[in-house]
Amino acid sequence: MRFRWFHILLVFPFAIPFSAGCSGCNKREANTIVIVSSLPRTGSAKGQTDTMVNGIKMAIDEYDGKVGDFKILFQDKDDAEASSGQWTAAAETANANAAVNDKDVMVYIGPYNSGAAAVSMPILNKAGIAMISPAATATGLTKKNADNKDEPDIYRPSGKLNFTRVVPTDDLQGPIAARFIAEELKKKRVYVLNDNERYGEGIAKEFEAGARKLGLTVLGNEKINVAQQEFGSLMTKIKNSEGGPPDAIYFGGTTQSKGGQVAKDMIKSMPNCVLLVPDGCYEKAFIDSAGAGLEGRVFVTFGGQDPTRLTGAGKTFVEKYKEKYKTDPEAYAVYGYEAAKVALAAIKKVNKKDRDAIREAILGTKNFSEGAIGTWSFDENGDTTAQIFTISEIKNGNFVPVKELNGLKPSAP
Amino acid sequence: MLPLLADGNSGNLFWELLVNGLVMGSLFALIALGYSLVYGIIELVNFAHGDLFMLGAAMTYTLTALAVSWFGVVTPGGMSFAIVLGLLLIVPFFCGGVNVVIDRVVYRPLRQSPRLVPLVSALGVSFVLVNIGQLWIGTAPVSLENKAQLVSDASLTQIGEVPIKWKDAVVLITVVPVMIGLTWLVKFTRMGKAMRATAQNLVAAQLMGIGVQRVIASTFFIGGYLAGLAAVVYTLKIGRIEYQMGFQNGLYAFTAAIVGGIGNIPGAVLGGLLLGFIYSFGGGYSQGNWVDALIFGVLIVLLIFRPTGLLGSRTREKV
Repeated sequence: MRFRWFHILLVFPFAIPFSAGCSGCNKREANTIVIVSSLPRTGSAKGQTDTMVNGIKMAIDEYDGKVGDFKILFQDKDDAEASSGQWTAAAETANANAAVNDKDVMVYIGPYNSGAAAVSMPILNKAGIAMISPAATATGLTKKNADNKDEPDIYRPSGKLNFTRVVPTDDLQGPIAARFIAEELKKKRVYVLNDNERYGEGIAKEFEAGARKLGLTVLGNEKINVAQQEFGSLMTKIKNSEGGPPDAIYFGGTTQSKGGQVAKDMIKSMPNCVLLVPDGCYEKAFIDSAGAGLEGRVFVTFGGQDPTRLTGAGKTFVEKYKEKYKTDPEAYAVYGYEAAKVALAAIKKVNKKDRDAIREAILGTKNFSEGAIGTWSFDENGDTTAQIFTISEIKNGNFVPVKELNGLKPSAP
Repeated sequence: MLPLLADGNSGNLFWELLVNGLVMGSLFALIALGYSLVYGIIELVNFAHGDLFMLGAAMTYTLTALAVSWFGVVTPGGMSFAIVLGLLLIVPFFCGGVNVVIDRVVYRPLRQSPRLVPLVSALGVSFVLVNIGQLWIGTAPVSLENKAQLVSDASLTQIGEVPIKWKDAVVLITVVPVMIGLTWLVKFTRMGKAMRATAQNLVAAQLMGIGVQRVIASTFFIGGYLAGLAAVVYTLKIGRIEYQMGFQNGLYAFTAAIVGGIGNIPGAVLGGLLLGFIYSFGGGYSQGNWVDALIFGVLIVLLIFRPTGLLGSRTREKV
């Protein structure tokens, strides 16, 4: 083909990133400490993670970006890819490796997904970087469990703990949903679905165990095919279960793994059935994708308190947030804030640029009350002792809390 | 193993799944026709076709949102009927137009290149369309019902104890006449004759005075038109759209086209329906996550025994 000047113009946009590659990398000062967050910033979780990152930034701003002798630099990293619309192991691995190789990185806030945590935990553990997840709730990440005997030791190759989380775990959240069905809704027959992912399958199992303990009839626990665009035939099958349709369906999964479509198809096919979903669906995107008629039909459990129910420092946080960003924070904003506060408090206490010391300080957090969710501690596994759960329904396109339950209260026999 | 026609509930299940399979199958068939028509004429697997379907769904959503902002709240009834009719008129033309533009800009300059070149370009076009979709509807899935309930969730009628929903009826009422129309177009019109001639031998058709480029452009238009139509009825039935929906639906449709014998019009319809039934019964009688394994298992077995698909004929060796 004949050479045309036009082709140079076509190449031009691709050349820019390479030539301008180093205009952004201004040299850091020696007393800089970097806090990295690794959250799905692309795809349908973006709305949720936007408010988490805002929460983290607010915490750092409260210190004016300086803690002790150190300047705090925050890096907002994405562990999702546009092509998949949700987190990918490749992106999460890249973020973890980048954190390990950057000697200034002391704290890793994230990830959002439990599956992503399983990927990055061993990498960061070897380097001794502390992780504080504001959202990953799978039980096996920190506790021994029956499903996988190797957990959680496989995530701790160095033998030391480095993973903490400011949200309660799924072995509490699953049974809470069962309790709500049995005690509040007074329903008897449930059908369990899960998305075949680390988080969804795990929490569905915890739910099933909890439901059986409470004497509910479990009609089935089935994996859905998340690649599928609709679940009409699955719902037809569930509707025709032996003994009639179930009173309730539990879906262990997230908005990204088609939670909205499950809700939509259930509402259409079973008029007397309710759906319970875990915190992976506790975001506006879930309501947007689920469509109309959700009122009184869909309930969401969430390991924490709804922004509207927070008191004291939490209320102040929500007000400041609204003032600064002109929108209501999503549920996890306060947990992003809390995670960053824990990190900053540990750095302040240690006042050294030392991964190990900061990691130990974070794991040793006891009776922490500088954040927005009250006073709590990390236990010997790195899990929070704050265990209030909120169950919300959906009204006029918003989550409205209907019940708060304490995860540790023993279930009624 | 399968209580196919047992009494009571499971008998009901069978018939409900049958209806569901028929509806999903017709949708797959509509999209599959787009693959098959284009392949039949220029032997190009247009990988961007599924994403064109996604753009159609996005257009459906946007137009519905526009209509709602003009007319206020829309509930099933007279006004929603008018909107559905409007969608069925506009969106297919939009998709057909986009497909023609894609052919003119991307595929036509590559007509003389080795066959792999347009194939790879089709993948490129697919990425471009996905990203347009992402900019258009955003990264999060959206629901048409949040704008307007255009088609009621209620049942139109019951056959025995099996409800036929309005949403299923809309799909079948649209799809069946279109397929008859397409068959008529290809079999009995001048344009159809020109299309068949071009498919048989492009050079010979050109020598006979057929405007080959125009015929190819028309084929792209028809393929796009069907994808647009599928997008409208799909969005009315399923309701949730997202920028990635083109991939899975495109993959199913492409599989349907191959099962039926790619390049063959009745084959695409047959393949689509067969796939719809496997999809529906697979989801109903086995675990949901086995559906894809079943579909592609059938594809493999079929290709072993009939490499050209159900109705396909052997492509002539090109010298």
